[in-house]
Amino acid sequence: MKNRTLYFLVTFALAAVTVFIAVAGHAGRREFWLTPPKSETEDYMVPPPPFTEGIFPCSECHSGMTPNPKRRELKEEHTDIQLKNHAENERWCLDCHDMKNRDKLRLVSGEQIDFSHSYRLCGQCHGDKYRDWRMGIHGKRTGQWNGRKEYLLCAHCHNPHNPRFKPIPPKAPPERAENIR
Amino acid sequence: MSDRETRGNRIFRLSRRKALKGLAAGLGALALPRKDASAAIWESFFQKNFRELSRAEIRDVVSRLEKEYGATYGKPVKVKTTPPMEGVLYGYGLDLSRCIGCRRCVYGCVGENNQSRDPQVHWIRVLRLEKERGVDLEHAEHYYNPANVPEAGHFYMPVQCHQCENPPCTKVCPVQATWKENDGIVVVDYNWCIGCRYCMAACPYGARHFNWKKPGLPAGEMNPDTHYLGNRPRPVGVVEKCTFCMQRTREADGRYPACVEVCPVGARKFGNLLDPESEIRFVIENKRVFILKEELNTQPKFYYFYSV
Repeated sequence: MKNRTLYFLVTFALAAVTVFIAVAGHAGRREFWLTPPKSETEDYMVPPPPFTEGIFPCSECHSGMTPNPKRRELKEEHTDIQLKNHAENERWCLDCHDMKNRDKLRLVSGEQIDFSHSYRLCGQCHGDKYRDWRMGIHGKRTGQWNGRKEYLLCAHCHNPHNPRFKPIPPKAPPERAENIR
Repeated sequence: MSDRETRGNRIFRLSRRKALKGLAAGLGALALPRKDASAAIWESFFQKNFRELSRAEIRDVVSRLEKEYGATYGKPVKVKTTPPMEGVLYGYGLDLSRCIGCRRCVYGCVGENNQSRDPQVHWIRVLRLEKERGVDLEHAEHYYNPANVPEAGHFYMPVQCHQCENPPCTKVCPVQATWKENDGIVVVDYNWCIGCRYCMAACPYGARHFNWKKPGLPAGEMNPDTHYLGNRPRPVGVVEKCTFCMQRTREADGRYPACVEVCPVGARKFGNLLDPESEIRFVIENKRVFILKEELNTQPKFYYFYSV
C-alpha cells in the first residue's frame, strides 16, 4: 500500500515537471518574439557617424546665431545638401535637426538624441527596416557570429538627405573558361 | 623421371603472368619517391585519410605542412585543425532583394581562402538574372561587366557551396576524401583527394573547382591563417570548395566569413541554425526564403531570401 502511494507521488511529480518545462519553454519562446532584441535606448556598437570633415560640432558656428525657424532654401551655407527622394516637399532641416541644441537630432516626440543614435530617428518612419536592422537582417553586421557584433548606422550607407543607395562599379568578371590556360 | 624432364621443370620459364607481375612491380617502384627525396615527401606519400589520423599523427602532419608552407611563402603559416563546435550547425542567408552584383564577395573570398590567382579559381559566381523572368538559370549571365551595378531590370544571385545536408558530392567520392562535418560544413582532404572530379559532376551548384595547374598564389597575397580542411594552399590536381571560412567561423571568437564582412550592402547573413536568436533563424522564420534547386532534395543550408 505504502509502495503504491509512493508510485503515485513520483508519477505526479514527474508529470508536473514535464508540464512546467513545456509551458516555461513555450513562454520563453514567446518572450523572444515579444521583446525586441535590445531596448530602444541601449547602445549598439557603431562606428562614429559619417560627418563631413570639420562640420561637427555644429554649435561651433550655430551657437552665435539666432535660429530662424522659417522654412526656406539655404543660400549661404550647406548649399551642397539637397533633399532628394526623401519626401523633400513634406519636410526640411528642423524636422530632424534640433533648433535649440544644434549638436543633437530631434525625434517627433521632441526628445533630443545624439547623432550616434540616429537609427531611432530613421526608425520613426522606417519601422520595418529598423526592426530588421536591430535583428541584423537589414544592413551590414560585422564582428563575430557568436559574439560581439558591430553595426553600421543608417547614414553610413544611406545619405540621410538623399538616401537611395548609389550604384558602384563592379569588380572584374571571371575569366572565361576558354581563356584559362 | 628423366634428366631432361627434371631440367625442363627447373629452368626459368617466363609466363605471361609472371612478366606482367614483374612489370607492375617495377613500375610501382618507379612511382615511389626516390632515395634522395626529403623525408617530408615520404611522409605525405604514406599519410592516411585525415579522419583516420591519431592526435599525434595530426600534430606531425600540421608541423610538416607549416614548415613546408613557411618555406614556400617566406612567412610563418598557421595550419589549424579546429574541430566542429558542439551544438552548432552553420546556416547562410543571402538577400536577393539587396544584392547589387558588385562581386566584392568573389574577391574577398579569393583573398581570404588562398585560391589560385593564375589560373583563376573563384568559389563564388555571381549570376545576373532578369527581373521579368525571375530565377531562370537558362537566362543567367555571369560575365556581365557594366560601368555600374545594379543595372535596371536585373537582379543578382551569387552562387557558392550550399553545404547541403544531403550532399551528392560526398557520396560519389571513390576514396572518401570529402565528407560532411558535424557542423554541416562539407570539406575536402586535399592530401587524400585523387582528382577524379566525380564530385564536381555530382554537384548541382557548380560549387567545386579543380586545380588544373599548380595554384599560382603570390607569397605577398597568401593568407597565413589557414585550416587543414579549409584554406591552406592546395596542391595541383585536387578539388576545392567554399568551407564557410572555417578558419574564422570555427574559432571561439568566431568571425563572420570574409564574404559577409566585405558585402557593401549587407546582403549576406550567417549564423547558427540551432540558435533560435541568430539572424539566420530570424530570416528563415520571418522572410520569404528561396532554396535553389530544392527539388533535388540536397537540403542546402544556404538560404536565399527577400527582405522586402
